[in-house]
Amino acid sequence: MIDVAGRRVSRHGVQIVAIWAVLTAIAVPLIVFVLGPHLPPGRMSAEASDQTDANTVLTALMAPIILIVAIQIVYSLVVFRARGDAIEDGAPIRGHDPTVLAWIVLTSVIVLALAVWGSYTLVQSARGAGGGQGPSPADLPKGGKTPLPIQVIGQQWAWTFRFPTYKAFETRQLELPVGKVIAFHVTSIDVTHSFWAYELGVKADAVPGVDNVAFVTPRKLGRFTIRCAELCGLWHGHMALHGRVVSASDFDTWVAQQKAANAQIIPDLGPYQRVYFPEPKHRAG
Amino acid sequence: MTETSAPAPRSAWRGLIGFNLLTAIVLGIGGFFFGAWIGGKMAVGHDYLIGTDQNDVGIFMGFLFGTIGWLAGLGFFNYPLARLAGRPPLDWSSEDEMYVVPDATIRQHEGGIGRYFRLTTDHKVVGIQYFFGVGIFFFIGGLNAMLIRTELLTPHEKAWPAGQYISLVGLHGTMMIMMTSAFILGPFGNYFVPLMIGARRLAFPRIEALTFWLVPLAGLVLLSAIAWNGFPTGWTGYAPLADQARAGMDAYIFAFILIAISLTLVGINLLTTILTMRAPGLTWSRLPIFVWGVLATAFLMALAAPVLVAAMLMGMMDRAANTSYYLASGGGSPYLYENLFWFFGHPEVYILALPGFGIVLEILPVFSRKPLWGYRLAVAGMLGVAFLSFMVWQHHLFVSGINASLRPFYMLTTELISIPTGFIFLIAMGTLWRGKIRYTVPMLFALAFFFNFLIGGLSGIFLSDVPSDVTTHGSYFVMAHFHYTIMGGLVFAFFAATYYWLPKMTGVTLDERLGKIHFWLMFVFFNLTFFPLFAAGFLNMPRRVSTYAPHLQTLNDFVSASAYVLGLSMLIFIGNLVWSLVFVRQPAETNPWHSRSLEWQVATPVPVHNFDRIPVITAGPYEYGVPNAPPVADFGPGAVAVAGK
Repeated sequence: MIDVAGRRVSRHGVQIVAIWAVLTAIAVPLIVFVLGPHLPPGRMSAEASDQTDANTVLTALMAPIILIVAIQIVYSLVVFRARGDAIEDGAPIRGHDPTVLAWIVLTSVIVLALAVWGSYTLVQSARGAGGGQGPSPADLPKGGKTPLPIQVIGQQWAWTFRFPTYKAFETRQLELPVGKVIAFHVTSIDVTHSFWAYELGVKADAVPGVDNVAFVTPRKLGRFTIRCAELCGLWHGHMALHGRVVSASDFDTWVAQQKAANAQIIPDLGPYQRVYFPEPKHRAG
Repeated sequence: MTETSAPAPRSAWRGLIGFNLLTAIVLGIGGFFFGAWIGGKMAVGHDYLIGTDQNDVGIFMGFLFGTIGWLAGLGFFNYPLARLAGRPPLDWSSEDEMYVVPDATIRQHEGGIGRYFRLTTDHKVVGIQYFFGVGIFFFIGGLNAMLIRTELLTPHEKAWPAGQYISLVGLHGTMMIMMTSAFILGPFGNYFVPLMIGARRLAFPRIEALTFWLVPLAGLVLLSAIAWNGFPTGWTGYAPLADQARAGMDAYIFAFILIAISLTLVGINLLTTILTMRAPGLTWSRLPIFVWGVLATAFLMALAAPVLVAAMLMGMMDRAANTSYYLASGGGSPYLYENLFWFFGHPEVYILALPGFGIVLEILPVFSRKPLWGYRLAVAGMLGVAFLSFMVWQHHLFVSGINASLRPFYMLTTELISIPTGFIFLIAMGTLWRGKIRYTVPMLFALAFFFNFLIGGLSGIFLSDVPSDVTTHGSYFVMAHFHYTIMGGLVFAFFAATYYWLPKMTGVTLDERLGKIHFWLMFVFFNLTFFPLFAAGFLNMPRRVSTYAPHLQTLNDFVSASAYVLGLSMLIFIGNLVWSLVFVRQPAETNPWHSRSLEWQVATPVPVHNFDRIPVITAGPYEYGVPNAPPVADFGPGAVAVAGK
């Protein structure tokens, strides 16, 4: 076979590229349009939306890479298999510099593009992407809006939530106002947990002695799941509950309700702090 | 205890008395109780122990004296003590055994099965000790996995109480990662590196023996955690939880220290051997690619494992001496542990993966009957992976709140690793191209390695990309990812190496039909087990939970059923091993695969001294199909080299 420049081209190479092109043309649209809408964590918040986009792009990118490697190997296994029992040697090819160069350039371009795009999403577009950023977050939410702070306290084996702007009342349920930037201040009073609000696209480790801040902007009303994503002992799997994203007026009603319901315990709570060190300070046992 | 006079035939029970495994166990247990008693005395009167029913000082002292007893029972102190006392050594170095003391040489052979239960400086015996020693722990870890999958048949605790489940998870992870760190370097590195570089032994044979005998000791210490109801932290042992845990944690800490010491010494030993003991003519460009893989891994082991010892010693002091390295309430930081652990932990991942790269690249040319395509690129790939692996550890901590501004840097370095890893795939594609491919069992396992590692490696891109990692971190996605790389990579490479090299190690051919049944069951059901777990992670299932959302039950039941068949495939392998090694015993040919590599040119079984004369290497090991290629080595006048073909 002759290519446009008049050189001889391997018949095998052309066949492999043809199979690859056809399968990629089928696989990528399938991934983007059929699988894509089902990829987590969905579009409940701005941050979740960015993560869903990242997952879709990465999944779609997997297809051509897996296909080219798999097709080339399977093709070789079928076409170049030894026939008969005699031990024969193959062609003594030690390498092919243009192929190596092309491969290095191609993989480097893909990798660098991924790193640049990932950093851009993280820093510029998603502003921290819903991940925990430690006590002094560098990637602040857009527009300079003042976020609503909510403290998330992990302990074995429950989550409690504290609202410093509402006289620091504490509750074991979580509702969030839609459209408002939320700053989760995640901390722990015993061992390391990880606060995972799945549909919101929030994950931040709850580390004792650390105020780990994660931002989220809920966009849709509905229910989200909270789980613990870091092994924290016996009932790690049971640190699960559902929260809700509600309208601003419903949120105000809920806050008033919660304050009333927890009125008795509020005087017994200590003052609001960024981190807590309950007694005993050393381990027992 | 070693007699230097001519050995008389001994009765069976006399063989049990002396420096061997039995004495080691007896002295080890004795040492433990002695140490625990001393530790108890030491700790009396410390107020922080009052009111608790657990004395970590006693337990740690018990483990320490148990270790001393174990090593004394095996005879590790005989040589240094004799030399300190100015007497001739009671035992002999491997070269003494070969040349100076004919009795000892005889004993090596007449020792029969007994020599596998003693301290020995013969690298071939140590290799086989490693093969079965590590294999046993791999089997126990696998059984744990079956028990874990049994619990996950239902979305709520049913098969095991929550505490036992967490212990099973921790024991499975620790067994697998800790005990199998030397899964390939132990058996095949020790056995074949000297044979492949034309040496008679490793650089430090006595240290080589020590590295092996620390492994079963660490395994026993780890298993002793069961007596205290295990430990609740998983294999990562994160700090505040570890400080809170009961005495099983002490076993975890001490076992990890022993293994880390063993790994460091393996690394130093193999590095020195490969750097200084290559036969004449074995230039760097003629070095078998497996030896390059071992070199890169040994470099990682020697540099990364000591960090783990430091991390564990601080954890030990936090538990036993009331320090606060990792306790935020006392001024320490859990982040310190996380950083130290993953600074070891990420290179550890490549300690597991790199020997696998070496093995599959060693096997592909043999069964494609072609030179290794892009030899230099393969070397660059493995060294590149090894080098980069020290700069990526904080990708395990993307959402932990530490160094958030550095996340783009760690995202970049992590993704950069896929460039040298990609080299390995390109080399596989090039080596298969226009070969004469034969589908033997080792070749099938090597090919499966590439399929599994492709999926495992590419799924790692999700975890390196921070926005995507916020979704997938700490979920079953991670779990599926590292099982694809470690089980799909390391374990498949281990079986490739087993089917490839066991005929040389044991002198017995393995049954090929059982091997193929083992392969197909393992390959198909490995993928059926772990691929659905990517979906489980995407669907909000965290790792290490015994309770999950009810709508995930069908998925989990499917995974459990597949996992049982995967476990069955391992039984077929054990069946093959027993059937071929014990019952059939069909003698292996000297070079059944028609390989050119040096280790296949020596006789089967390999003589004690490996080579009558140190060979002079005259060509690279992969010159298949090269017209007029010289034989790989000159074995000296009169020696009949087995031809490569």
